[in-house]
Amino acid sequence: MAKNKSLGAIIKNGLLDENPTFRLVLGTCPTLAVTTSAINGVGMGLAATFVLVFSNLVISLLRNLIPDNVRIPSFIVVISTFVTMVEMFMHAYLPDLFEALGLFIPLIVVNCIILARAEAFASKNGPIASICDGLGMGLGFTAALTLIGSIRELIGNGSVFGFRIMTAGYEPMLLILMPAGGFLMFGLILGAINAITAKASEKKEGTD
Amino acid sequence: MNLHLASAPHAHSNQSTPVLMRNVLIALIPCVAAGTYYFGWYALLILAASTASAILAEFAWQKLTKQKVRINDCSAAVTGLILGLNMPPQSPVWLVCVGSAFAIIVVKCLFGGLGDNFMNPAMAARAVLLASWPVRMTSWVMPTGINSFGVDAVSSATPLTNLASYTYKDMFLGNIPGTIGETCKAAILLGFIFLLITKTISWHIPVTVVATTFVCSWLFGKDPVGSILAGGLLFGAVFMATDYVTNPMTIFGQIIYSVGIGLMVAIIRNFGNYPEGITYAILLMNIATPLIDRFTKRRVYGHRKEAKKQNG
Repeated sequence: MAKNKSLGAIIKNGLLDENPTFRLVLGTCPTLAVTTSAINGVGMGLAATFVLVFSNLVISLLRNLIPDNVRIPSFIVVISTFVTMVEMFMHAYLPDLFEALGLFIPLIVVNCIILARAEAFASKNGPIASICDGLGMGLGFTAALTLIGSIRELIGNGSVFGFRIMTAGYEPMLLILMPAGGFLMFGLILGAINAITAKASEKKEGTD
Repeated sequence: MNLHLASAPHAHSNQSTPVLMRNVLIALIPCVAAGTYYFGWYALLILAASTASAILAEFAWQKLTKQKVRINDCSAAVTGLILGLNMPPQSPVWLVCVGSAFAIIVVKCLFGGLGDNFMNPAMAARAVLLASWPVRMTSWVMPTGINSFGVDAVSSATPLTNLASYTYKDMFLGNIPGTIGETCKAAILLGFIFLLITKTISWHIPVTVVATTFVCSWLFGKDPVGSILAGGLLFGAVFMATDYVTNPMTIFGQIIYSVGIGLMVAIIRNFGNYPEGITYAILLMNIATPLIDRFTKRRVYGHRKEAKKQNG
């Protein structure tokens, strides 16, 4: 199982095969809420990646010391430590992003992806593998959020990462920036990715 | 042996989908004519664009996903035309095309095509357009006459915000600001009568919707006659609430559904942020339809009501 996998395969697993947003459909709350622009998506994704990598590392190191009965509270304590660090760091050095993400930074504590990886991976694997898993999952999350954020920003604001792409006559579709648009876009992208991967695996089976 | 399996209801009639849809198209002709008469040839252009883009969207999607192309059943044309009739007369053509494409591809085809959409596609598209381009979707003009080509129109508020400033006669004949299809009540009634005569729809839903709004508006202290004649209530009740796919199966269910729509229209108009609520009222009750169906399901002959769950 996971133990036999190379470290590269673990990272790739998080990025593609088990992409937290599009495959496991975890952490949908920040996915829907903050992806109104590409930069928000990147910011949220990287903040979660940092927390994932370090919480995975610490939990993996402590995995034999934490009693089974209190593992969830212990995980939360570790996770919230790193979330507090991220929050203070962003408040000090990235105040704009801090304002934009708002409540969703402290809410990283209860992000299902982080707890899920702690429970499913870090508490059963060694520290190096856990770091790779956190990195892969985090980058997969970041890539997904950036993709959704870019598309929503493009349609809802005519720009990507703040650069104007549409011509001046373009009238942005406001709905896409609203919560309903978040659900709509998330569903459409999820559907498209499912259709593409289904087709790809069909082809693979055909050639085998 | 060729056994045909189909889900309920099993009632048979000679009316196939294309026939019914063609009847609806015919019933919409008076509205199209009235819209063109009051708002000019540009309005007709909008209707043509919305219908054509809806058909094209369905054709493109079914080709792309390698399904059987079924534009001949006219359901896409009906969706497109109804959406067009729901647009302000000065909408840009791109706006109606975006709306039609959204209605057909996202609301209808992605959910499985005709018969599987959980909302009325035209209404859902109108709600999306209204949320996305609110200024464009709420800029009303006074009727400009048939020969205008949509430039020098006098902008105006919807009659719903000041009922007293229009006479009943103007509201009935359609000489008021509004969407292309909703203003002329005479044309809508003509279409309604045609639909009744050809048994395309039954009277229950439209009559109940209008009656409920009448009573509720009166209870809320508004002019009940004006509330019915202004806005899109009549058009929605006749052409959109009666969409086969998204209303309940039994007559009793349809009455609940229609009372819900009428009540919601009156509530949104009187207490909501929007002057008109027929779009959201119909969408909300579309979503409630599966629930209504569940509660009004007829007992199958020979089946007893399921006994209450016994302990353990």
